[in-house]
Amino acid sequence: MEEQKDILILAIESSCDETAAAVVKNGREVLSNVISSQIVLHTVYGGVVPEIASRKHIEKINEVIQEALDQAKMTLGDLSAVGVTYGPGLVGALLVGVAEAKAISYGAHLPLIGVHHIEGHISANYIEHKELEPPFLCLVVSGGHTHLVIVRDYGSYEIIGRTRDDAAGEAFDKVARAIGLGYPGGPKIDKASKEGNPEAIHFPRAKVEDAPYDFSFSGVKSAVLNYLNGCRMKGEEIIKADVAASFQRAVCEVLVSHALDAARAYRLSKIALAGGVASNSELRALMEKACQKEGIPLYYPSPVLCTDNAAMIGAAAYYEYRRGVRHGLDLNAVPNLKLGER
Amino acid sequence: MKVLALDSSGLVASVALVEDGAMGGTLLAEYSVNYKKTHSQTLLPMLDEIVKMTELSLETVDAIAVAAGPGSFTGLRIGSATAKGLGLALNKPLVAVPTLDALAFNLWGQEGLVCPLMDARREQVYTGIYEFQDGRFTCLVSPMAADIREIAGRLCAMKRDVTFLGDGVPVYGHKLTEVLLAELTAAGKKHWYAPAHVNRQRAGSVGALALQYIREGKTQTAAEHRPEYLRLSQAERERAEKDKKGNV
Repeated sequence: MEEQKDILILAIESSCDETAAAVVKNGREVLSNVISSQIVLHTVYGGVVPEIASRKHIEKINEVIQEALDQAKMTLGDLSAVGVTYGPGLVGALLVGVAEAKAISYGAHLPLIGVHHIEGHISANYIEHKELEPPFLCLVVSGGHTHLVIVRDYGSYEIIGRTRDDAAGEAFDKVARAIGLGYPGGPKIDKASKEGNPEAIHFPRAKVEDAPYDFSFSGVKSAVLNYLNGCRMKGEEIIKADVAASFQRAVCEVLVSHALDAARAYRLSKIALAGGVASNSELRALMEKACQKEGIPLYYPSPVLCTDNAAMIGAAAYYEYRRGVRHGLDLNAVPNLKLGER
Repeated sequence: MKVLALDSSGLVASVALVEDGAMGGTLLAEYSVNYKKTHSQTLLPMLDEIVKMTELSLETVDAIAVAAGPGSFTGLRIGSATAKGLGLALNKPLVAVPTLDALAFNLWGQEGLVCPLMDARREQVYTGIYEFQDGRFTCLVSPMAADIREIAGRLCAMKRDVTFLGDGVPVYGHKLTEVLLAELTAAGKKHWYAPAHVNRQRAGSVGALALQYIREGKTQTAAEHRPEYLRLSQAERERAEKDKKGNV
């Protein structure tokens, strides 16, 4: 009979600059998803300042959790477990969520489940697509991560490709800064590109020797910087929209071709996107086109589930809960937590 | 009335359960560890141990007290987040006790001045000056982040006996005694360093002070509580300095 009961999870996420809490039912149904973004605070510094992020988390966290409970019309007594991101991320930021979640789980006598942030991003697809089940290939692209992951089963992951230098989102931030679009770079470049010609400038599509599914984005970033310098030296006009569009095309093409190659090689019949950069319109469009051509269904979460949020952590926590994963009161934040190595 | 108290502001992790009473009240349990392990891993297991040993039902606690700063930024947040989470789960108020007040309160009844020193790095200490007179605990110099020379100057000017304690003592004690307090010594005033059992943060003191605060109505909701760092983040400091230079 136990299996018939709904599993309700309060999830908490504070790994970077969003303080978030959610209540998720049976891993797929979002009852609430509250996100308090700090982006404005960090914009003046051109990126996330860890100490400021941590300070804001502690100020906001109870409010955000209470809001999530209220929106879901739940009290802690109705819940089955507390899930929390414990890595990877900024250690000081993670610690706020982890300490808070542990205290709530202890005070309310609820089991505690530590969740890997990237597993959360991947699991956002389970919320969006009720029919999606492993196995599938997932391209995880965000400000901090670029991974090609085979999701063999719930909680079972194999990383087959990763970035050797910058994460895709990081490259977007750096290029956005270089052409004066500001922070955060991803959405700014996406927007500017809509007015530009993606074939105006050819930037390199980097391959990593002997690692067909690995990525390298520092080369394309340098190529953009060199191009900008060249223009300035020659006194040529820089068309920002063209630079943005051409850069975005170069990055997205590599992401798409690697993903398709991997899906073919590993005979995976589904591809999913995850992470903040999964909201990028060019990536979605190129991916749609390529998947359609190959007859592979493509899945991606809506933008609110692509950004850092707690609903995705609740989805991942649900499958961990089902597998019997429980963490103790000594759970610590692990800033460099590896996927699938827990 | 029972108060659960936490202090993770410095190197020590400490948890206590304090009950009030007509003649001073009772420290039901106190658990302090001054050892390498991170507070994130130790604080709640320590609390759990106290709960088990005292057969405590958490629901019967009246408030959660926490050493609210200054201190290690991360350490403060571990204590605060733990207190906030407990406050949220148990629907109990929080009591924010200034770390230095609680530290000085370790030496209740001490003659002369009490000067807690917490190592704040960058040649600074978190410090304040306190005294006990006629059974009353008074703060003479409010908690601040200050250069060690500044607090020494204040003490010399006050010309009274003084007792030091805190993790700033092993770092700056020598410089204080040998150099900065020479004037005080010359004036015939004495200074001491508090012994091991009372010279670091103790949650028992946080709890005992919290009982006073509760009587004075000084409680907070778990949602509104936040640490008092007494210092901006490095990024904010650098930005402020840059702005200042830019305006000159």
